[in-house]
Amino acid sequence: MRQMSWFNVTSLTLGFVFLYLPMVILIIFSFNESKLVTVWAGFSTKWYGELINNRAFLDAAWVTLKVAFISSTLATVLGTMAAIVMVRAGRFRGRTLFSGMIYAPMVMPEVITGLSLLLLFISLGMDRGVFTIVLAHTTFSMCYVSVVVSSRLVSFDQSLEEAALDLGCTPVEAFRLVTLPIIAPAVISGWLLAFTLSLDDLVIASFTSGPSATTLPMKIWSSVRLGVSPEINALSTIMILVVTIGVVTASLINKRNVVRQRRDEAAAAKSA
Amino acid sequence: MRRLLIAIPYVWLLALFIVPFLIVFKISLSDTAIAIPPYTPTLDISAGLGAIREFFAALDWENYIWLTEDDLYWKAYLSSLKIALISTFLTLLVGYPIAYGMARAPEEWRAMLFIMVILPFWTSFLIRVYAWMGILSQEGYLNQFLLSIGVISEPLVILNTNIAVYIGIVYTYLPFMILPIYAALEKLDISLLEAAEDLGCSRFSAFWLITVPLSKQGIIAGSFLVFIPTIGEFVIPSLLGGSRTLMIGKVLWEEFFSNRDWPVASAVAVVLLLILIIPIVLFQRNEQKQREAGR
Amino acid sequence: MALDAFAPWEDPTAKPLIQFQNVTKRFGDFTAIDNLNVDIFEREFFALLGPSGCGKTTMMRMLAGFETPTEGSILLAGQDIAPVPPNKRAVNMMFQSYALFPHLSIWENIAFGLRRDRMPKDQIAARVEEMLRLTRLDKFARRKPHQISGGQRQRVALARSLAKAPKLLLLDEPLGALDKKLRQETQFELMDIQEKTGTTFVIVTHDQEEAMTVASRVAVMDHGKIIQVATPDVIYEAPNSTYVADFIGEVNLITGKADPKGDVLQMHWAEAQPAIVGAPLEGAQAGQDLHYAIRPEKVSISTEKPVEAANAVQGKVLDIAYLGNISTYHVELAGGQIIKAQAANNRRISRRAFTWEDDVWLSWTATAGVFLER
Repeated sequence: MRQMSWFNVTSLTLGFVFLYLPMVILIIFSFNESKLVTVWAGFSTKWYGELINNRAFLDAAWVTLKVAFISSTLATVLGTMAAIVMVRAGRFRGRTLFSGMIYAPMVMPEVITGLSLLLLFISLGMDRGVFTIVLAHTTFSMCYVSVVVSSRLVSFDQSLEEAALDLGCTPVEAFRLVTLPIIAPAVISGWLLAFTLSLDDLVIASFTSGPSATTLPMKIWSSVRLGVSPEINALSTIMILVVTIGVVTASLINKRNVVRQRRDEAAAAKSA
Repeated sequence: MRRLLIAIPYVWLLALFIVPFLIVFKISLSDTAIAIPPYTPTLDISAGLGAIREFFAALDWENYIWLTEDDLYWKAYLSSLKIALISTFLTLLVGYPIAYGMARAPEEWRAMLFIMVILPFWTSFLIRVYAWMGILSQEGYLNQFLLSIGVISEPLVILNTNIAVYIGIVYTYLPFMILPIYAALEKLDISLLEAAEDLGCSRFSAFWLITVPLSKQGIIAGSFLVFIPTIGEFVIPSLLGGSRTLMIGKVLWEEFFSNRDWPVASAVAVVLLLILIIPIVLFQRNEQKQREAGR
Repeated sequence: MALDAFAPWEDPTAKPLIQFQNVTKRFGDFTAIDNLNVDIFEREFFALLGPSGCGKTTMMRMLAGFETPTEGSILLAGQDIAPVPPNKRAVNMMFQSYALFPHLSIWENIAFGLRRDRMPKDQIAARVEEMLRLTRLDKFARRKPHQISGGQRQRVALARSLAKAPKLLLLDEPLGALDKKLRQETQFELMDIQEKTGTTFVIVTHDQEEAMTVASRVAVMDHGKIIQVATPDVIYEAPNSTYVADFIGEVNLITGKADPKGDVLQMHWAEAQPAIVGAPLEGAQAGQDLHYAIRPEKVSISTEKPVEAANAVQGKVLDIAYLGNISTYHVELAGGQIIKAQAANNRRISRRAFTWEDDVWLSWTATAGVFLER
């Protein structure tokens, strides 16, 4: 192993300090006693207490989770279908338009997506609320799901499906018994990505929601526009911790599986 | 079976992506009105063919002409492009050394470093931007720190300026720059550098002659991934920028929510999209080229 | 071997299991299979041999049902199989990549096809155990595919495709992923299993040694056509074309003009050199362009002119490839033609009779080589 040069060590250190310091400061000051967020006045958890008693935040959190759960599930189904179409369906009329529609929402500025969906909902005379946010989130996150799933499908050994057909499966059975279990990790990461994107979205939700539904990012937005607040610091800390635990756990599980697989393969090669 | 599989996502995207778009385009050709909805004409198909003809006759390019006449708009477009360009460059400057350090790190560290780069990507965008408000404000942590070590005697004004916008963009989009460059650098065979040194290159010239050209694809991909979404950015200029920070995403938002001028907002959106088509097509072409080269 | 007794292709009353009738397959402009006819009989071990892109895999995929012929028909036991989807065919396939389901255990992989037939549980279990015993995998039943070695995976793939007792088993480069030594062992295992189960095997391979070892008949293919179908010894000893002669093993090819002389055929191939004498070729006209193919091991090499050889030519040793058990001598004849001759190294190398630049005589009998028209 080559020794790392001082340059690499420095750039990594500075880089990660830059990435993480703002969040660390945020977390530290969420435990600040004072209402003045920039002056340290002793340790306290009172902002967490206030947060828990704040009905508006709790309601918004509930709406957000509901929207994220429904839209990511819908997006996973639609996105997986779209991925199969992209990778497997071969040529059909309107294929170019289809692949364009899959990629475009990912590079589209959120303000445009939000505006256009709002204008659609208005011209259809739809009441805006949870339902319209779900439709909007499903539409843009299904594209991300389809990219994640199709990158897995591309490397999927098609002879596995052929083997299933050869052994007597109908095409639908072959998909259910062979393809789906194998691509499941990609489908799950697609779902997680869609869920996070929905949790995170401010702009599209602001356009497509009505007075009946406020999501957590919208609530945070209206509060931080007025400046830094200790309650938001506490809320941010909770959100950062949840995501960190989630990502770290997922990567540990993943790493353990990879290690186990390698060990098994090494053992198998030796036993031959 | 196959037909249904194609039809469901197809129809969904047509209804919720293409149709909304056509509506935006149509409204951008309408006139502002004090009504609900706040524009004319509205199409009433039940009124028959004559009404439809009348409807089309009432559409015009007025709003687009308006965009060119009021210098607010074209200044906002130009300023968005400028901010996107500068911040893409800054992100590259910050991101490249990090990606390089990751690719040269011992192999058993790389997985962890990789997770550390994508972790912020999974945390809320809004919170990451918000975190800088407390740091950059007049009485914020940065000023407190600089004052306490005596580098400055007056607090710096950073928040609500373009500098804060640059910092916010670099910070939030950094993973998008690091990951493609890291992917390119990780594939790079160390023996190429050793060969270059063996043939008489210095470390530094080997970097410029071998490493940089071979990570070009990563640099291009990363730059597009930062540049494209930055142009339409709304949250960062609104929270960190000042009243003089002009970005088109913010203009569109204000036109729509504050001025309730839907036709102009729609026209702004259509023009923004036309501007974005160029980098998007270039990016797609670059990706395609890379995929074909990878085969 | 029982090969002498088993030759249904010579019996005009035998009914073939599979018949390709004028089958053509095109992919766009590319013709993968070109108007092909061949019969394959029950209990045969039939090898499709050819370079990559010759159409052998396409033939196999048409049998499995993953491709349909553009023209012509394929009959299985007299029935056209074109309308039968792959999952309804009494044909199973062993894939080149093995295509073992990574999320299922070895046991479940083998049971997979049986479960699709809604077979009762105890029967499935019995059949799986039988297959595990046949392929000596009993110990690995509970493991996942990534937990066993390449050779074991190959046997799982075989067991899985045999479990449903198909009328016909297709093997797509079944040994391609194994190293040389394991491959040779496995070839005999395959033959053994084929004999035990009595299944008809069609194997696709680009390895001529493998085809020669395992097959009862070999079809040599090129550009979507079958060039020759015959038993391995006929393919080797009596190829019908220079393509087949060249594809199977090593060969010396000499071109010249025909000169029929009574019950032998002579070929003039160079000025001031004796004509090559060999068995006659049907329909060969005087003056016609001919090829003569002779295997290096059938050419003898000596320092003195041999007395009784039908063919004897003089040349100079250009190169010697020492391979341990044998040596190959590259000998340049007067006209510049290079002939390879192989000799067993039955003496130590230091006592070899000739070396580089030595003048030597090459000789062979009248029946050692064959004349070919194309």
